[in-house]
Amino acid sequence: MAESTLSAVTDADFDELVLKAEGPVLVDFWASWCGPCRQLAPILEEIATEKGDKLTILKMDADANPVTPAQYRVTGLPTMNLYYKGEVVKSIVGVRPKSAILNDLSEYTS
Amino acid sequence: MSDVRNLIIIGSGPSGYTAAIYAARANLEPLVFEGSVTAGGALMNTTDVENFPGYPDGIMGPELMDKLRAQAERFGAELISDDVTSVDLTGDIKTVTLADGQSFSARAVVLAMGSGYRKLEVDGEDRLSGHGVSWCATCDGFFFREQNIVVVGGGDSALEEATFLTRFASKVTMVHRRDELRGSKIMQDRALSNPKIEFAWNSEVAEIIGDDKLEALTLRDTVTGETRRLDATGLFIAIGHDPRSELLTGQVDLDDEGYVIVQAGSTATNLAGVFAAGDLVDHTYRQAITAAGTGCAASLDAERYLADLEAAGQPAPASALVE
Repeated sequence: MAESTLSAVTDADFDELVLKAEGPVLVDFWASWCGPCRQLAPILEEIATEKGDKLTILKMDADANPVTPAQYRVTGLPTMNLYYKGEVVKSIVGVRPKSAILNDLSEYTS
Repeated sequence: MSDVRNLIIIGSGPSGYTAAIYAARANLEPLVFEGSVTAGGALMNTTDVENFPGYPDGIMGPELMDKLRAQAERFGAELISDDVTSVDLTGDIKTVTLADGQSFSARAVVLAMGSGYRKLEVDGEDRLSGHGVSWCATCDGFFFREQNIVVVGGGDSALEEATFLTRFASKVTMVHRRDELRGSKIMQDRALSNPKIEFAWNSEVAEIIGDDKLEALTLRDTVTGETRRLDATGLFIAIGHDPRSELLTGQVDLDDEGYVIVQAGSTATNLAGVFAAGDLVDHTYRQAITAAGTGCAASLDAERYLADLEAAGQPAPASALVE
């Protein structure tokens, strides 16, 4: 499958890009060996295209960035955490259909 | 309602994609519903596939699926990552409907929805999913470095997961209902000789303990009924799969366990023009290569069915069949 067009966030810039962001930020925790993460990737790209004006979507490689996943108790991949004003406001574990993800995010994307 | 197609394939994985490759090469212009979250099928959750012919050094499950998918696309299969939510397969024209209400129709259908994970049906299983309870060892194993992990099951997938998880865990306990394993000899030998793997024989999970993350399990002895506590931060469930045949109930003949019944020596179901392949049908082998094999057979059966329809004077839906 094609390389992701979504930007990456790391332990180093998580505070800057996510916690201090103005609007809502969805962080997709993934790893290269995670098959379901591959299934999720095109769904998130579509959501980014449709909702890019309301919502920022960033990807964090959980293998290369051990601190943030541990801090937010992420123990299943993929996990999508929605951050708003420095707090986790939604957490979605596992691959879900696009409509279900949009529905979960709707409060912050409309 | 859109135009009537030649062939709709429901499902991806080795059987759906192989059916798509054959149908596309036969110019049937198949429409494939891959599933929105299940595209690629069960192999998307595995690591090394060591026994798929043609890959002497093994290949990663997701990579193998990417290749099959690309091969189907190369010959013109139309792939849609959406879920079919209802089907009407009984008439000459078969209709499938998606969650958003869109309908598609075709003269023939190949069913290749595969199987889904069987659940323990124990309280806490859903609530702690992603918080210690996992269905994918390859995805989540590394979160449990130097911790105690439990794997439930006694078949090949359970043995493979347990062996894989010893890379990270300080200890892996395999919980199995019987006193002997079901898996293949090679996988059994690997697990039994692994010093990090312990076995809880004749045991089942009675309780999953933890508020916002997994802390422990209660195990029940299947012989004596006695219970005991086992501390663990990770629980991997690999107790098998059930065929994903819910959509078909009342139309396609299923056996007591929900598998689609096909006529011996073919992939034909009880309904004319409806063929089934892969784990949806297969009680016995459930391998990537057998799924691919029956996917191929289903596509050839569908091709012959469509040719017979045309010979009987029914209009072919696309120019492809005229040649």
